[in-house]
Amino acid sequence: MSTVAYITARGLFGRRRALLLLPLPLLLVGLALICKAYDVSPSDWGQPVVVGLGLAVVLPVTALIVGTGVLGSEVDDGTIIHILTKPLPRRDIILAKLLVASGVTALTAAIPLFVVGALAESVNFGFALVIGAVAGALAYSALFLLLSLLTRRPVLVGLAYILVWEGLLGRFISGTRVLSIEQYVIGIADKIAPSGVLDGKVSLPVAVVMSAIFLIGGTLYAINRLGSFSMAGETS
Amino acid sequence: MSVVELQNVSRWYGNVVAVNDISMTLQPGVTGLLGPNGAGKTTVLHMMAGFLAPSKGAVSIDGAPTWRNPSIYGTLGLVAEREAVHGFLTAREFVVACAKMQKLSDPAGAAKRALELVEMTGAQDRRIDTFSKGMRQRTRVAAALVHEPQVLLLDEPFNGMDPRQRMHMMELLHSLGDRGHTILFSSHILEEVEQLSGLVQVIVAGRLAASGDYRRIRRLMTNRPHVFAVQSSDDRKLAVALIGEKSVSGVEIEASGLTVRASDYGSFTRALPRIALGEGIRLRKLLPSDESLESVFSYLLEA
Repeated sequence: MSTVAYITARGLFGRRRALLLLPLPLLLVGLALICKAYDVSPSDWGQPVVVGLGLAVVLPVTALIVGTGVLGSEVDDGTIIHILTKPLPRRDIILAKLLVASGVTALTAAIPLFVVGALAESVNFGFALVIGAVAGALAYSALFLLLSLLTRRPVLVGLAYILVWEGLLGRFISGTRVLSIEQYVIGIADKIAPSGVLDGKVSLPVAVVMSAIFLIGGTLYAINRLGSFSMAGETS
Repeated sequence: MSVVELQNVSRWYGNVVAVNDISMTLQPGVTGLLGPNGAGKTTVLHMMAGFLAPSKGAVSIDGAPTWRNPSIYGTLGLVAEREAVHGFLTAREFVVACAKMQKLSDPAGAAKRALELVEMTGAQDRRIDTFSKGMRQRTRVAAALVHEPQVLLLDEPFNGMDPRQRMHMMELLHSLGDRGHTILFSSHILEEVEQLSGLVQVIVAGRLAASGDYRRIRRLMTNRPHVFAVQSSDDRKLAVALIGEKSVSGVEIEASGLTVRASDYGSFTRALPRIALGEGIRLRKLLPSDESLESVFSYLLEA
């Protein structure tokens, strides 16, 4: 499992795609610092920066880039075959990839979110965002890993989930929030450190249970799909 | 010693039948999987390697099914046609990683041996994405061989190799076959198969057209006259005598000797020395001229 994680991490950071991970966190922290420097009241910038940029864009997009990068790229270019032709349980392969994806996503998103949370409210609020981001990183990574095995265009489908389902429908149709990881993150962070910045619309139990369902369900389904991984023949 | 078995295997994609009711058993040694492009060779290889479920029938290695059974990769090595390798690793890192994933006790030692086998030790510390096609191919073969699998499947293994590398790879496969490994390689270049293996499995349009030693397959094609090139001390006299022989269906006299068409391989080869002796003619050359794999293959395609 450690070798799979090693190859996965080397592959992730060896591709140019990894550079995409840098600008978003920098933008997030930069915006917060500018607002702080110009003494803009946190009640004015807190919500748009933390929720509008941090939780709605930085966390899911980072998870999308990383989650599809650790498996989707290998499926796409065929290098996955070198890992699959080993007597490893498919569970170990998926867990190694999930570990790398959620770890990198959590680090990339949680650190800037902590800084922004601390600047906007308090260190406690920063920690609450970190915990929410870690839960979100796990759920998003499981979802995007699964998408890498379900569709040949995981990035496109993932973007549709983030932008259309969570971004658009989540705003206008309240029922969609039950299937929105962004709402779970907001719900968890809001319950840990209530503030004026976050407005949790799903209860803590729903947020925790649903995050676990995304994580466990997505992982189990991905393990099953990887077990049936097929290579098309020349006549297909 | 491992045996790969296909029992009444079919595979279809929607309405297209890619593989149609194929049964074959691969024994230790080198076997060539032959067929024109699109015949279904890769589909068969993928089913053997556990990367495609048969729509019907069963594929097994030593009795264990290959589909959804990762434990077979302890005894199976695969060199797929697609060349993708983790280019950001060096050849050594890549082969060592494969050895570790095989859970070998000495991954570094096993990787060293595998890289020596394919003559890649000189470039083992270079990143794979700087390699030529042939070097990549050899690195992939080293990765597939690192755990010394009993069964090795190779899809078009000679693609991109120069003649010297081809020769070396052929020697390597030969020696593995001689040591009791079961090796199957697909190719559409008949010369390669002819040099490497007498045993062939010929697939034409998704069906197994022939199976076994191609020279024996040729002899079983009794509806086609066998063609021999004959040279003797008196070609014209020999031609006259041969035309009276029942098993001979035609004789041509050419500057380089006789071309004899025989309807029955066994009767002709027994009759010829007798006739020559009786006529007092000295035979200088007798060569079956259509026993090449190429002619066997073209006969099968026409059939």
